[in-house]
Amino acid sequence: MTSSFQHIVRLEKVDMTFGRVQALTQVDFEVGRNEIVGLIGDNGAGKSTLIKIVSGVQRPTAGNVYVRDRRLDLEDYSVRTAHDLKIETVHQGQTLGEKQPLWRNLFVGRQIVDRFGFIDVKKEKEIANQLLLKAIGFRGHGITADSTVRDLSGGERQGIAIARAMYFKADLIVLDEPTTALAVNEVRKVLAFVEGVKTAGGSCIYIEHNLAHVHEIADRLVVLDRGRTVLQFAKGEITLTELTQHMISLHEGHAHASA
Amino acid sequence: MRARDSWLRRILRVEGLPITFVLLLLVVAFMIASPDVFLGYFIYMSFLTSVPPLLILAVGLTLVIAAGEIDLSFPSIMALSGWLLGYSVHELHSPWIGLALALLGGAIVGLVNGVLIARVGIPSIIATLATQFLWGGLTTAFSEGVSYSLGSVDETFVWSLFVGRIGPFPVSALWALAVAVAMWLVLNRRRFGEHLLFIGDNARVAEVVGVNVAREKIRMFVLMGVLAAFASVLLTLENKNFFNTQGSGYLLDVMAAVFIGGTSVFGGQASVVGTIAGSFIISMVDAGLVATGVQGYWVRAAVGAVFLAAVVGNMAIQDPERWESIRRRLGLTRSAPR
Repeated sequence: MTSSFQHIVRLEKVDMTFGRVQALTQVDFEVGRNEIVGLIGDNGAGKSTLIKIVSGVQRPTAGNVYVRDRRLDLEDYSVRTAHDLKIETVHQGQTLGEKQPLWRNLFVGRQIVDRFGFIDVKKEKEIANQLLLKAIGFRGHGITADSTVRDLSGGERQGIAIARAMYFKADLIVLDEPTTALAVNEVRKVLAFVEGVKTAGGSCIYIEHNLAHVHEIADRLVVLDRGRTVLQFAKGEITLTELTQHMISLHEGHAHASA
Repeated sequence: MRARDSWLRRILRVEGLPITFVLLLLVVAFMIASPDVFLGYFIYMSFLTSVPPLLILAVGLTLVIAAGEIDLSFPSIMALSGWLLGYSVHELHSPWIGLALALLGGAIVGLVNGVLIARVGIPSIIATLATQFLWGGLTTAFSEGVSYSLGSVDETFVWSLFVGRIGPFPVSALWALAVAVAMWLVLNRRRFGEHLLFIGDNARVAEVVGVNVAREKIRMFVLMGVLAAFASVLLTLENKNFFNTQGSGYLLDVMAAVFIGGTSVFGGQASVVGTIAGSFIISMVDAGLVATGVQGYWVRAAVGAVFLAAVVGNMAIQDPERWESIRRRLGLTRSAPR
């Protein structure tokens, strides 16, 4: 699987329309090997739409998608095939079934089954409990594989969603605003996790509102504005202050345009 | 914070246990009220012949409600499949062809429901209400309003296989039990069942974790159609009679059985064991109150009271925080909100 490729994922001239709304226009976007790409832009710039295409949730209206430099047959591309290609996504907001136990949440979509197709509950729970203790550090919180998601705090939920992505050992992890509504120390955990992905040789698309976080951590920054990629910076090419200025001027551009 | 996992709660959370306890309580109450009826075995054998269609429908509907949907069309499936069976027995003298046609008919109605709901996007309450009228009306037209008396069907092997007797014990109860066990496994131990729970919990989440929401919903409505058809086969054979409104009495009883059993109307949480107990409670209250000499109109009221008590009890078990807040608002507890 470590055959040579240049880009773990690449989008070529991707269009996406919902009815009369043009969410993405002729977007070119790529993520290299072992690269962390920060994706930034205003609300409604098309960030979530872009990553839904990468993760197989939505099919683009036009354009091509390449994974490891091979063009995908988009008719067959789904969340499941994305998983098979080792692409994991932590979507924005709710990504867990609230009323379901944690062990089901960790394995839904790729359950461990015996040869008759029955879910191996014992094994799934065992792995879930190990994950809770080691990877997430829920020791002593009274949280087990049988706890339901609604018993957890926002940070704990994000931890489960990330642990799920980690467990399945992705080559590309997509994080859509993972730090929204998290406490400061929980934010640090998420950032440490992204750095861990880099150290382990993986790639990451990191969508973030907080420019300081993304500036600190990304190898490359891509700015999306009204469905188009408008700016790109390599790490060190731009200071945080300059980046902030850029984003404000983009935002004011909208204000003038709509005034 | 998480002290809610006391021993009492853990016992209450065993699937279907509280409602099974209510069922046993009812049996004891009837034994005391009418010992000469309820201490003999005859009444229980009578339950076991009347429960199977209701139970099979209710466990099927449990899966539908788990996925956050509803099916109101099963009474018309019971009519259509019953007619297909009745026609085959009466005109073609072949209960086997009748059985196959009945199940196939149920599957087709279910498929139509599923496509309307999952692909066309019509809410299930509306789609299945419409198909309930459609197939019910068509069945009346096909049968020309005539009912079939299937007097000699009890000499056939099909009859013995599905509704025959082993001593006084009805075989149909074994079929119902087998269906219930199978549906418990489907819901709790198969990918399909887990997908239904996630769809009912939050369809958007189900989609991003890789569940093919539309396909699973269509499969679910087909399954419901086949189960409704099977319930109709048992009912038609047991009664040795087909009439074109034979499913219509089941709609509300089946829904009551599901909700009494603790399945959440909001989807994502369901109990097949609870539904089994709920089905027995429904038919027991019906038969039991009549046997104890209570007048008919009290029966419905009693069902309603048990229904309400069960739903409130289930809420208290499944959502302790909401229960606490209700108690506080009613002034039943002095503890301050935390």
